[in-house]
Amino acid sequence: MSLLSIRDLCFRYGEKSVLKNLSLEVEEGEFVSLLGPSGCGKTTALMLIAGFEHPDQGVINLGGEDINDVPAHRRNMGMVFQYYALFPHMSIIDNVAYGLRQRKINKAAAYKAAEEALNLVQLPGLAHRMPSQLSGGQQQRVALARAIVIKPRLLLLDECLSSLDRKLRVEMEVELRKIQREVGITTIFVTHDQEEALTMSDRVALMRDGAVVQFDKPNIIYEHPKDSFVASFLGKANFMEGSIRSAQDGTYTMQLDNGNLLDFGASQSLATGSKYIIAVRPEKMTISASQSKNTPIKGTISLVTYAGGTTQYGVQAVGKEWIIQSQNDTVRGAIFAVGDEMWFGWQADNSLVL
Amino acid sequence: MNRRRSSYLATVFSFIVVIILLAPIIISVAMSFTTSDTLGFPPVGFGLKWYQAVISEAKWQDRLPVSITVAVLSSLISTSIGTLAAFALVRSKIRGSNLISTLFIAPMIVPAVVLATGMYFVWAKGWSLGAIVIGGKLVGTITGLVLADIVIAIPLPFILVRASLANLDKTLELAAKNLGASPVTTFMTITFPLILPGILSGLIFAFMTSWDEVVIASFLSSPRVSTVPVAIFQQLRETLDPSAAAISSMLLLVGIILVSLLSLTRRKPAEIPEE
Repeated sequence: MSLLSIRDLCFRYGEKSVLKNLSLEVEEGEFVSLLGPSGCGKTTALMLIAGFEHPDQGVINLGGEDINDVPAHRRNMGMVFQYYALFPHMSIIDNVAYGLRQRKINKAAAYKAAEEALNLVQLPGLAHRMPSQLSGGQQQRVALARAIVIKPRLLLLDECLSSLDRKLRVEMEVELRKIQREVGITTIFVTHDQEEALTMSDRVALMRDGAVVQFDKPNIIYEHPKDSFVASFLGKANFMEGSIRSAQDGTYTMQLDNGNLLDFGASQSLATGSKYIIAVRPEKMTISASQSKNTPIKGTISLVTYAGGTTQYGVQAVGKEWIIQSQNDTVRGAIFAVGDEMWFGWQADNSLVL
Repeated sequence: MNRRRSSYLATVFSFIVVIILLAPIIISVAMSFTTSDTLGFPPVGFGLKWYQAVISEAKWQDRLPVSITVAVLSSLISTSIGTLAAFALVRSKIRGSNLISTLFIAPMIVPAVVLATGMYFVWAKGWSLGAIVIGGKLVGTITGLVLADIVIAIPLPFILVRASLANLDKTLELAAKNLGASPVTTFMTITFPLILPGILSGLIFAFMTSWDEVVIASFLSSPRVSTVPVAIFQQLRETLDPSAAAISSMLLLVGIILVSLLSLTRRKPAEIPEE
């Protein structure tokens, strides 16, 4: 039995249907991300789980109990808001102790627990400052301490890292994950950042138009996307659309929708005459100055984006634009320049049939 | 060069504006310390003669309690109503909330004389709606003055509290609920303390509105029940007695004290340190 089980959740906001039969199962101790473009309903889903909004249809079940009609303040969930929502008129220690004080815990015990929570998020000695005297990163940690000190059944994180600058965000990602494991708290993390979702989660639920499209472990959802939306939202992908003209020993000839013919390998068997969408991740492709068995397709470099460890090439071939990422494994840096002719290809295993 | 000249002109202009704003106040206060028997500027001599006269004179002794009672009661009531109304309009989806807001602000826009004339008839004779008669027999009573001042003082607390509420981050209330606070506790521990500066500003402005109100109060006063500003106005028409300047200065002092309190209710924005 999952700790949190959401079934067929529907929610309308005025005329707009924000959630359409959203279902999700979260296991005890799991770190799950709700990932999706803006407007996909991920934050609304979190608001419904927290009890700030009431679903029009569907069931939210926590630990075997339907909590649809339990008001937010009796749900025992800890939430970290996007802009932290620290109480500006209370000191840090009073902010962190607030939840405990609501649970009728005496002041001394609440302060003691709050200080331990502040130590856990590496903020000792700031207890008597006011929130406005803290930096964004520090406020973030206080908000986290405030949410976990009440030992909630669920920790809800609402895009809480997106307002930090990049370096601090990466630091917080690592730390958040460490704390989450230490405390063993089941966490639901809402984000629009695919990298964040992949690095932090046990499982990622990719959402679109108010429903979950795919819910899997990060490596599965990235390497085996269910459809072209998943493939393109999580990372980059080259898509080939067309019908299979001929097949021979795992090598297929596809007539692309633009009329050109393309030969490629696939480990999955494809039916001759049927239409397919094939996706290949840019980093799964091999690039070379000469034709070989692994690099059968000829192309022309149209764009070079150097990014330190890797270089991303825009390539013109068989009448379409390709993205190919190449590891900079020598000190020479980028090996091709715009206008260069080159050859590329990929292993049959890397053809994702959608 | 040009820049220096324009900043010089700006300084001179600001100085003139300050003088124009302050001059009547300075003149009035200066005249109150005169030892002469007529109101005039520059004042002759320096003494507290007229302040003593005010304190000992029966006319002012009668008016001051009326003014204080009316200002205190009307500011408390109008601030309570204004706060509750602002809360209802900001936090719930009421149909026609724009119209209701406009009605709450209307007393600020309607000319005082128009309001006073209307009030005079309703307060004096009552307004009969079929069998029900609203008002009547209220002219020359404390109740009548309090009711009138509630009406004219409501816009400021309403506007100020509404602004405080609109600026209040709603996620703070969500955060409190999420941490286990009931809606009532959330209001008492989060919402109320955060909009309190707005409520206090509203209260002070409402008090000041009633405290120096002349037009409506002169319509609704009787020879027996009247406020200090009305008495000052009447006295200035009859005799040019420096006691009016003295009592004006005392009214001014109350205003200065209250406005100083107001600046204390505004919280100083703290600095946000670098990362």
